[in-house]
Amino acid sequence: MEVKMTGIRKSFGSNSVLRGVDFDIQAGEVHALMGENGAGKSTLMNILTGLHKADAGEISINGENKRFDNPKEAEEHGVSFIHQEMNTWPEMTVLENLFIGKELKTSLGWVKTKEMRTLAEATFDDLGVKIDLDQDVKQLSVGQQQMIEIAKSLMTNAQVIIMDEPTAALTEREIDVLFKIIHTLKSKKVAIIYISHRMEEIFKISDRITVMRDGVSIDTALTKETTNDEVVRKMVGRDLEDYYPKKHSKIGEVVFETKGLTQANRFKDISFTVKSGEIVGFSGLMGAGRTEIMRSIFGIDELDQGDIYLEGEKITIKSPSTAISKGIGFLTENRKEEGLILDYSIRDNISLPSIDGFSKKGLIDTKAEIDFAQLLMERLHVKAENQFDSVSSLSGGNQQKVVLAKWIGIGSKVLILDEPTRGVDVGAKREIYQLMNELADRGVAIIMVSSDLPEILGVSDRVIVIHEGHVAGELSKTEATEEKIMKLATGGY
Amino acid sequence: MVETNTVKTEKKKGSPKDYIGKLGPFLALIVLIILVTIVNPSFIAPTNLLNLLRQVSTNALIAFGMTFVIITGGIDLSVGSTLALSSALMAGAIASGLDPILAMVLSLLTGTIFGAVNGLLITKGKMAPFIATLATMTIYRGLTLVYTDGNPITGIGDSFIFKFVGRGYLLGIPFPVVLMIISFILLYILLHKMTFGRKTFAIGGNEKASFIAGIKNDRIKTGIYALSGLMASLAGIIITSRLDSAQPTAGTSYEMDAIASVVLGGTSLSGGRGRLVGTLIGALIIGTLNNGMNLLGISSFYQQVVKGIVIIIAVLLDRKNKK
Repeated sequence: MEVKMTGIRKSFGSNSVLRGVDFDIQAGEVHALMGENGAGKSTLMNILTGLHKADAGEISINGENKRFDNPKEAEEHGVSFIHQEMNTWPEMTVLENLFIGKELKTSLGWVKTKEMRTLAEATFDDLGVKIDLDQDVKQLSVGQQQMIEIAKSLMTNAQVIIMDEPTAALTEREIDVLFKIIHTLKSKKVAIIYISHRMEEIFKISDRITVMRDGVSIDTALTKETTNDEVVRKMVGRDLEDYYPKKHSKIGEVVFETKGLTQANRFKDISFTVKSGEIVGFSGLMGAGRTEIMRSIFGIDELDQGDIYLEGEKITIKSPSTAISKGIGFLTENRKEEGLILDYSIRDNISLPSIDGFSKKGLIDTKAEIDFAQLLMERLHVKAENQFDSVSSLSGGNQQKVVLAKWIGIGSKVLILDEPTRGVDVGAKREIYQLMNELADRGVAIIMVSSDLPEILGVSDRVIVIHEGHVAGELSKTEATEEKIMKLATGGY
Repeated sequence: MVETNTVKTEKKKGSPKDYIGKLGPFLALIVLIILVTIVNPSFIAPTNLLNLLRQVSTNALIAFGMTFVIITGGIDLSVGSTLALSSALMAGAIASGLDPILAMVLSLLTGTIFGAVNGLLITKGKMAPFIATLATMTIYRGLTLVYTDGNPITGIGDSFIFKFVGRGYLLGIPFPVVLMIISFILLYILLHKMTFGRKTFAIGGNEKASFIAGIKNDRIKTGIYALSGLMASLAGIIITSRLDSAQPTAGTSYEMDAIASVVLGGTSLSGGRGRLVGTLIGALIIGTLNNGMNLLGISSFYQQVVKGIVIIIAVLLDRKNKK
C-alpha cells in the first residue's frame, strides 16, 4: 500500500501545529519520522488515522483520495497506530487482548475461542513470538505487550503500521526482537512509519528519514545518503551552540546532597551533590529509576534508606509539603496529571503551593495573590490574555511556564525539573533554558532529569548517568559526549 | 517568596452565556416561585415563606457541608444516620440530667467525630467515599437503634434554650433560619475566601497536583468530612428540639435531598467546581417544590416523581451550558 500526504495543515485554536507537511510511504519500507517534541509528528499521524481532521491538504491511498473519519476506519483499511502508551487490558489474558472488540463470533454471539486461538498462534508463529496466550497481560513485560499490539494490527491485515517511540521502554534484547519482527514485516510488504528520537536506531532500521520542524516537513532523505549530524541540523534548524543559551552563572558551594538513597527494587545507593548555581543533568534510559529517585527526594514516595542534606544540614522529607517548606520545588514529568489543575486559572495554579503565604489566619489576601501571579506571569512571559484564563487554554510551553512559576514562587533553593521541555515547542524550550540559567544565576541549585541527550549536553554543568537504579557514572561538561552517556546508560564500560 | 508590587489587573468579563449558566439555578427558583404563586397565591404569604425557610433550614445545613465534600469529588451518604445518632446521644444525655447546653455541644462534638471517622476511612483507609460512608451510614443507624432500642427518646423539653433552637423566633425569624443564615455566611467565607476552601477546590480539581503542591490532602479531606458530620448534627439538634424527641429513624434519606440541593446548585459531582450560593438556592428549590406541591394538594407520591424529574432537567441544562 502506498500513502501520500501533501500540504497538510492543521491548527488547534490559534495554535497552528502543521503548516504544510508532505509525507509519503511505500509498501515494504521503514520510514522514520523525526523531529523535536512539538514538531507535529503525532498530529500528522493522528490526521492520517482520522483522529483529527486536517484543515487543508490531501491524503491519497494507492493513488486514490481518501480521508479516514476515525481510527477504526483507518484500521479497517489497513492503517494501524501503535501508541507509546499502549491500550491493554492488564487483567485479561493475551488471547482476550488480541481480539478485544473484534472477537470471532457465531451468529448467536458465542465466542469462537478455538478459531481465535488458532489464528493467534499462526500470527505469533509468523512473527516468531513466543508468548503464552493464557497469561494475563499484566504479567508481561512492556516489550511483550508491544508484540501483542503488533500482532493485533497484523490480524486486522495492517499494511501500514505506525510505531510511536516503540523502543522507549524496551531493553536492548527486546529491541533486537522488535527489529527482527520489523524485518519480517518488511518482507511481507508491510510499511512502517517509525517515530523515534534515537538516532542510532533510526540509522539501523530505516530506509528513509523525514524530518519535521515547527509543523513543516523539512526534508525526506534516503537513510544511506544522510548522516547523523545532517539530521540533527535539520531537526534543530540551527547549530546546537545557538540552540542552548550560554550559561554564565557562578557555581558556588554544595547546596543539596544525598547519601545512599535506596528504595527496594527501584534504586540503590544514590549519592550526589548539587552546588548553588549549578545545573546537574540526570540521564539514563527510560525506566532506569531517575524519576523514582526524584519523587522520593520530594517526599511523594518513601525512601527505604539514605540521607538528604540541605545546606549542610540533614533533613527528613516525609511529604511534598515538608519539601516545599525547606525550599525544594519539583516540576513533574507529566504536567497535566500532576503539575496543573487544568480547569483552573493561571493565578490559582501559580499561587497554589504558596497559598498559605498569602493568608492571615487562613483568610486569603486576594490582592497580594493577584499581584504575585501577575508578577510571575510577566517574569516568565506566560502568553495569555490574563491570569484568570484557565491553564487548559494555554499551549504546552506556556503551561510548563505556569508550573515553573509555581516553583519559582515558593522561592526554591533547589529545583528538581523532570523532563522540563517535554511536549514544549522549540521557541518555548529556549525560553525555559534561559529561565533555568537565570535561576542558576540567582544561586538556585537545579536538578534536571531529561531523556533528550542533546538537551542534557547543552544545558547541564555536570551529568549523572543512572543505569538500572544506580549511578553508572558522572561526567563533567567537558567530558560529556553522547557516546559516553549512552555507554553508561546502557551499562557498557 | 517573591516580592510583589502592585499591578493593575482586570477581572475577566464573562460572556452572557456564562452569566446565564451561573444564574441558572437562581432563575429556576424565581420561575418556580412565580408558577406556584400563580396557582396558589397563599404561597407568597409571609407566614408561609417563613415556614418554608424553616423547612428548608435543616436540609440546607446538611447540604452546606455536603457541598465541601462534593467539591473534593467525594460523597457523604452517612449524614442522615450521623444526625440520628448524635441527636439520640444528646437526647439521652438530657434525659439523664445533663445540662441541655452541654448536651448540644456533645451532639455537635459527636457529629464532628463521626464525620472525621468517615474522613479517616477515606484518607488513611484509602476507601472510596461512597463505600466508606455507605458502611458508616448503616453502622451509625444501627448504633442509633441499639442505643434507643428502637424507641423515641422523649422527656427532654424543659430547657428554654433547647426549645428555642428549634422552635424560637429571633426578630420574627424562626431561629433555625437564623442558624442557616449564620452558617451560610461562615461557610461561604471558609469556602470562597480562605485557604481551606482554596485547598478544597484544588483537591477536587486535581488531587495529585494538589499533593505535589504541598497541600495536606488527607488533613483537609478529614476536616471536610468532619464538617459534614458537624452540620448534620446541628440539623439534628434543630429537628430534635422541634419534635421534642429524638427519633431513631430521624434523618432517613436526608442525604438524598442534600445531594440533590448541591447538584441543583451547579456543583459538579466529579469535583473541582461548585458554589455555596448555588447550594442555598438548590435547597430553596427543593423546599419550594415540597411546600408548593403541598399547597397545591399534590399527593406525596407524585411529589417524589416531580422532584426526580426536576433534578434530571437541572443537570441536563447544566451540562448543555457547560459545552
